[in-house]
Amino acid sequence: MTWAPITVDATHFYLQVYWWIIIAVLGGLFLLMTFVQGGQTLFHTAKSEDEERAILNSLGRKWELTFTTLVLFGGALYAAFPLFYAISFGGAYWVWMLILFAFVLQAVSYEYMNKPNNLIGKGAYKAFLYFNGFVGMVLIGAAVGTFFTGSNFSYDPVTKVLHWGTAPEGFNLRGLEAAIDFKHGAWFNLAMGILVFAAARILGAMWLINDIDNKEFPELIERLRGIVKRCFVVLLVALGVVLFGWLTMKGYAYDIHDPTGKVYYEDGKYLHNLLAFGAIQLIILLIGLVLYVFGVFVTAFKNSTRGIWFSGLGIVLIGIIVFTLAGLNGTSFYPSYADLQSSLTIQNSSGSKYTLMVMAWVSISVPFVLGYIAWVWYQMKKGGPITKEEIADPESHAY
Amino acid sequence: MGIDLHMLEWARAQFAMTALFHFFFVPFTLGMSFLVAFFETIYVKTGKEEWKEITQFWQTIFGINFALGLATGIIHEFEFGTNWSTYSWVVGDLFGAPLAVEGIVAFFMEATFAAISFFGWKRVSTGVHLSATWLLAIGSNLSALWILIANGFMQHPSNEFGFFNIDTSRLEMTNFWALITQPVAQVKFLHTISAGYTLSSLFVLGISALYLLKGKHKDFAKKSAAVAAAFGLISSIFVAVIGDEHAYEVANTQPTKIASAEGLYVGEKGAPIVAIGIPKNLPAEEVKSNDEAFVFKIELPKMLSLLGKRDPNAYVPGLKDLIKGNEEYGIWPLKKLAEIGKEAREDLFKYHEAKKVGDEAAAEAAKADFYKVIWEDKDTGVKLTKADLIGYGYFLDKNPDLIYPPVPSVFYAFHIMVGLGFWFILLFLMSWVAIVKGTFEQNKFLQKLAVISVPLPWIATSFGWMTAEIGRQPWTVFGVLPTAESVTPLALTNVQATFFLFLTAFVILGIAELKILFTVVKSGPKGAH
Ligand code: HDD
Ligand code: HEM
Ligand code: HEM
Repeated sequence: MTWAPITVDATHFYLQVYWWIIIAVLGGLFLLMTFVQGGQTLFHTAKSEDEERAILNSLGRKWELTFTTLVLFGGALYAAFPLFYAISFGGAYWVWMLILFAFVLQAVSYEYMNKPNNLIGKGAYKAFLYFNGFVGMVLIGAAVGTFFTGSNFSYDPVTKVLHWGTAPEGFNLRGLEAAIDFKHGAWFNLAMGILVFAAARILGAMWLINDIDNKEFPELIERLRGIVKRCFVVLLVALGVVLFGWLTMKGYAYDIHDPTGKVYYEDGKYLHNLLAFGAIQLIILLIGLVLYVFGVFVTAFKNSTRGIWFSGLGIVLIGIIVFTLAGLNGTSFYPSYADLQSSLTIQNSSGSKYTLMVMAWVSISVPFVLGYIAWVWYQMKKGGPITKEEIADPESHAY
Repeated sequence: MGIDLHMLEWARAQFAMTALFHFFFVPFTLGMSFLVAFFETIYVKTGKEEWKEITQFWQTIFGINFALGLATGIIHEFEFGTNWSTYSWVVGDLFGAPLAVEGIVAFFMEATFAAISFFGWKRVSTGVHLSATWLLAIGSNLSALWILIANGFMQHPSNEFGFFNIDTSRLEMTNFWALITQPVAQVKFLHTISAGYTLSSLFVLGISALYLLKGKHKDFAKKSAAVAAAFGLISSIFVAVIGDEHAYEVANTQPTKIASAEGLYVGEKGAPIVAIGIPKNLPAEEVKSNDEAFVFKIELPKMLSLLGKRDPNAYVPGLKDLIKGNEEYGIWPLKKLAEIGKEAREDLFKYHEAKKVGDEAAAEAAKADFYKVIWEDKDTGVKLTKADLIGYGYFLDKNPDLIYPPVPSVFYAFHIMVGLGFWFILLFLMSWVAIVKGTFEQNKFLQKLAVISVPLPWIATSFGWMTAEIGRQPWTVFGVLPTAESVTPLALTNVQATFFLFLTAFVILGIAELKILFTVVKSGPKGAH
């Protein structure tokens, strides 16, 4: 049993909301950037050495941005919602450790894969990239799933002791139970995992179609269009499950004006959230979905290379809504089904008002950061798509 | 609190392992990014193709290293959540903030401009490319600034920028500017980046010397060596000068660390520095004299007082004084600190109990007690409250030897680092003079010295971190949060499993990187791509 102190200070509350929205935007951008992970699971579509290196070089120039977005996502959560950082990472230990492991393997693979004398051989590095693309994505999706289905923990806010339900002694799952405990929504977590993976793969294929010279690699591009079609079917099924979940699940609610911050179950909570604030979240979600599907449609059936721009923008919007649904409008974003009152809300898990304020000032630099990233991206892209000539050129630091 | 102490050891070992692995790559990035920028600047200014070749060769090596820097860094960041979750919760405001700023302002700069610098040779104009290379270097060094501000806070938490909030029972920030400008963090930053420059200069010098010894790529090697020797000479002198400043900061903020680093068991006026010695690991409260604590030693008289207090006759407390107290110099015994800390804890619990039952009067009383001033310096106005000592409560009724780190580890780490520091200055000086005089190419002896010295800066930087981090034990936040109270309560086997998971990955990837590196070095600048 715990008692969670809650702020009733309005400025502090607005800062908490502001930071949750930043987290949501970062989450959305991260989902967009996962085209790298998705693309990494498409090496088998290459039937020749050249095709493979085209894929490798196209993704190899972008992977660091995805990686860094993940790092920033972690850093922002740490500073803004330290209690979440502590409980989720320390609690769902294995989920996060495996995600990290997947990213460690990724970080070296591009650089080392085609270098001579790389110890374990090209195939191993390729396997690392698949591992990162598949396991990494499914686990991240499932972890976000637990934002809705809840986890098995309680904590004491004074002594700061965390109890994770599955872990008194011995080797144990420590977070991985989210994928097998069907009583507590494993079906939803898994659907989220598959959804994120399928979405990333579609984006990956679209990115490659856009970034690789279509005239020089016509067969590869055709195969990639096939991937988009097939993965879209998987995505639709997973999306159906997730939407069904949102519309029917009990949610974890609290009253933002209640100084005790008591958390209770509310039927149809996420549906209510979609319709709150003049249904703005529902509208944005629908726009996101329409854009995403439009991108898929033009890529699959209209031979367009521009699908990535539509679907990319779409997924950012969808990602933002996933996080705002989970955390705003009096919702606990990291609920505990073991001890309802231990559930984390943006109000009981945030940093102090002063810290959030300082960080809010720092966040003014974000548009500039995004600006130079966009500029650099444009500079690198305006030379045209990746060609055979460039891959063969020793001066272009090709992989 | 029921923490499994055996598990704690594993968690520490895991953190130390990932940190040391990360720091194999970090200093190389810090320095090499600048060296590549120097080379490219010379290329752009002179327009000579051979400088472009030099730039691209060192850039290839830089890239191989950079990848593992990223791979090991990400674990480091998340490990604060996975294995040190109590720590993260208690100090998230003060520690997480600089980490997040690092992510926002520095890492993106690094990642973005790395893309242009590596892949943009043909895609962007010369000017844009050169500025990207420079921005990559600046970005890397900026990220060092922010992470070292975070580390500086752990080494020296101060009331100037934070306080213990009884309501949330966390440390909270009160002044961001004071946090980022505190001297401990600033000297740390300067010392660490200049160590990175020293390390990479020596690498470039050593590889160039290797080519000269083998009579290969002579022109390339001479040009690279000239730049590296000059940069290395300046940096290595700077490392030592700032290192001295660093020792001064440590002496004034972490008395147990400086005493352990110098094997000073019993406090002295005009304390000496042990230049060379073999210290013993003794229970400090039983040691009678410092001579008994060494198997053998050579001392530089009064130097510790001079360096640490800027006064050759000043008093420097020893470990024994820090445990038993020393009235003459106003040092409180550990027992007293621990008792007050325990009281502060009890006040904290009382406060929350009272709040829970709605007894406002009792809550206010407990709060007043918690923040009671127990000592005040009349001259400076510096105050100590009970709350400041809350961390010491943990050590009540514990073995007093727990309150300082193992002396030999810290002593050796510190002395080897400093010794190597002087060797680097000498080596760079000799090389630089030889290069200026034009004798470096013939001087096989000097070339051999440079080659065998290549690994030494890695030893120095690792030992530097061991001095700083082991020397801080048993605290994660010095004087405030004990290591044992920072760790995530996990089952031992989980921590062991992740320890070996990452150890295996790092060993394999580390060997892979070395093999690739040797292959690139062997094939030389022309076949570098
Ligand atoms: C003195 C410098 C320094 C120190 C003490 C540390 N790091 Fe580091 N880190 C760097 C300097 C650096 C760097 C030079 O900026 C790296 C190395 C390779 C690189 O690309 O950036 C880096 C990379 C790097 C990355 C990958 C960044 C990315 O995606 O671009 C992360 C997440 C961290 N670090 C996190 C940490 C944490 C949590 C540390 C503390 C415990 C830490 N580093 C100590
Ligand atoms: C990359 C450079 C670093 C190196 C090489 C390094 C080295 C070490 C070592 C050797 C230990 C183990 C000490 C022991 O357990 O006896 C340690 C522990 C620790 N260090 Fe560092 N460290 C680095 C950077 C940092 C930074 C920048 C921070 C914080 C910002 C930090 C925070 C910690 C923490 C929380 C522990 C665990 C608790 C402990 O055992 O002390 N380290 N580090
Ligand atoms: C030449 C004389 C040197 C002196 C007097 C000196 C002094 C110090 C001191 C006192 C510390 C401990 C700081 C703390 O506890 O927080 C330290 C740490 C460190 N030293 Fe040195 N050092 C010297 C040379 C070197 C050299 C040559 C290198 C590497 C090339 C190096 C790399 C480091 C690193 C990486 C750290 C850990 C980070 C930090 O705390 O700044 N040092 N040094």
